[in-house]
Amino acid sequence: MSTTTTGPMGYDEALEAYEPVLGLETHVELGTASKMFCGCSTTFGGEPNTQVCPVCLGLPGALPVANAAAIEYTIKIGLALNCSIAEWCRFARKNYFYPDMPKNFQISQYDEPLCFDGYLDVEIDGRTVRVEIERVHLEEDTGKSLHVGGSTGRIHGADYSLVDYNRAGIPLVEIVTKPIVGTDRLAPEVARAYVTELRELVRAIGASDVRMEEGSLRCDVNVSLMPRGSSEWGTRSETKNVNSLRSVERAVRSEISRQAGVLAAGGRVVQETRHFHEDTGETTSGRSKEEAQDYRYFPEPDLVPIAPDRAWVDRLRTELPEPPSVRRRRLQAEWGLSDLDMAAMHNAGAIELVEATIAAGAPAADARKWWMGELARRANEQAVELVELPVTPAQVARVAQLVASGSLNDKLARQVLEGVLAGEGEPDKVVEARGLAIVSDDGALGDVVDQVIADNPDVADKIRGGKVAAAGALVGAVMKATRGQADAGRARELILERLGVS
Amino acid sequence: MSAITRDEVAHLARLSRLALGEEELDHLAGQLDDIISAVARVREVAADDIPPSSHALPLVNVFRADGIRPCLSREDALSQAPATEGDRFKVPRILDEEA
Repeated sequence: MSTTTTGPMGYDEALEAYEPVLGLETHVELGTASKMFCGCSTTFGGEPNTQVCPVCLGLPGALPVANAAAIEYTIKIGLALNCSIAEWCRFARKNYFYPDMPKNFQISQYDEPLCFDGYLDVEIDGRTVRVEIERVHLEEDTGKSLHVGGSTGRIHGADYSLVDYNRAGIPLVEIVTKPIVGTDRLAPEVARAYVTELRELVRAIGASDVRMEEGSLRCDVNVSLMPRGSSEWGTRSETKNVNSLRSVERAVRSEISRQAGVLAAGGRVVQETRHFHEDTGETTSGRSKEEAQDYRYFPEPDLVPIAPDRAWVDRLRTELPEPPSVRRRRLQAEWGLSDLDMAAMHNAGAIELVEATIAAGAPAADARKWWMGELARRANEQAVELVELPVTPAQVARVAQLVASGSLNDKLARQVLEGVLAGEGEPDKVVEARGLAIVSDDGALGDVVDQVIADNPDVADKIRGGKVAAAGALVGAVMKATRGQADAGRARELILERLGVS
Repeated sequence: MSAITRDEVAHLARLSRLALGEEELDHLAGQLDDIISAVARVREVAADDIPPSSHALPLVNVFRADGIRPCLSREDALSQAPATEGDRFKVPRILDEEA
């Protein structure tokens, strides 16, 4: 029984006994100016219920008209995913009672998606994995609910809910993979790489800002396990709204461990929706899907069919941007990086950031060094994506320039970045406020050098006697005395000069 | 053979959140069966070369350009709501306790 109390199994152990099968459903809010079926603005973060009209509120008599730009973006996403584009298809009503849609139905697509049968190749550790795409269809997003009462702000235990319909009706593209088999222990990495690649592709098309933290790209992760050697798939769970690339990977890993624990103890996996928790990296049970949902789909009577003209589709194909994988190879050549370094940058989500930092005036090597070094370390410490760090490519470029011009050394530059991340303002402001400029004027530095020589007569004698290498100890003392703010090269020159060996 | 069974009507009523009593189900199942059987006569004239259609007019690709139009004011938007709180629509508890 599923009531058996079992803990999750270790990941390696789980993979020895079971093979995972994945499925990913990704929702992308399109970046159109207006909603899917009405002229309300789609701007994020507006005051509640200020971007609504009779159409998206489902008021009687209101009629939808499809947004041409949303149809074009969807076809472009389909083409970029190597899909076939339907010659003819319709919208459908998905009927359900849930107050996130004021109409009691969502306009979606059912058995006639706009795009179908495609694939996306992703690279993991130098190996290419082909993820097959089942369908790409267009629908409308739902409103946002605040759950009041209960302890956690979750729907469970809430006394009532408050709904903001600003998001209701924003065009939403759903991209569904076919079951992904044979990834074996790389399943979590494949899931992450797929969403990363998809996100870059959609961003390159300009169809969405694909900000996972703002919910404009959301991922549902389906996982099932089958015993090794079996060809019969197990029961899957669906983990909803996994909101960062890192979480996609963690959710897959956590579900593999959890399901293996259940199966190994003789239990059975329940087909259900699960919720991912960012804090613990685990999933918990949501609503059970044991009773099949009956949405009573039927063709949307208020919208006529879409029949994309082949000339139109061909024109959209010519407008597709350079594919992200091709672009990466080009940048790799331009930056002179090894496959390994480039893959590391890709996995860290650093490519766009480094590119933007170079565009803002930093040398390529410096841009890469800061993002992949100090900033990657800080992102990792805080368990956030690089892009979520509160520092812009322009600010990183400025820090790199200050180092290149000799105003900062690397140690001080790290402190400047720390200040920027702490919200202390632009790099120049942080330098000034924290007094971080390198001390290289001979007056101030000379005083420190004199003091250090006086404090270390033995070392000074050795240097006078010709042991120039011993100067390093005195330079270290100068750096310590100035808390790292001295220009080390100039300090060394001054020491040797004072001791008469320059 | 009936076009729709009483059980199917009960199922649809539940999906539609209609609380129908036993007598109402008996009554409506018969009526719906008559209606569906009447409409089903279309099949007698629709040969294989006539595809099913969902729209009466032979129109496709009716789109609008992606432009912003004025929205309702929030006051107007909320004016018809049975309950509001904090500029939002207030709705009853969504999930029952056991869910």
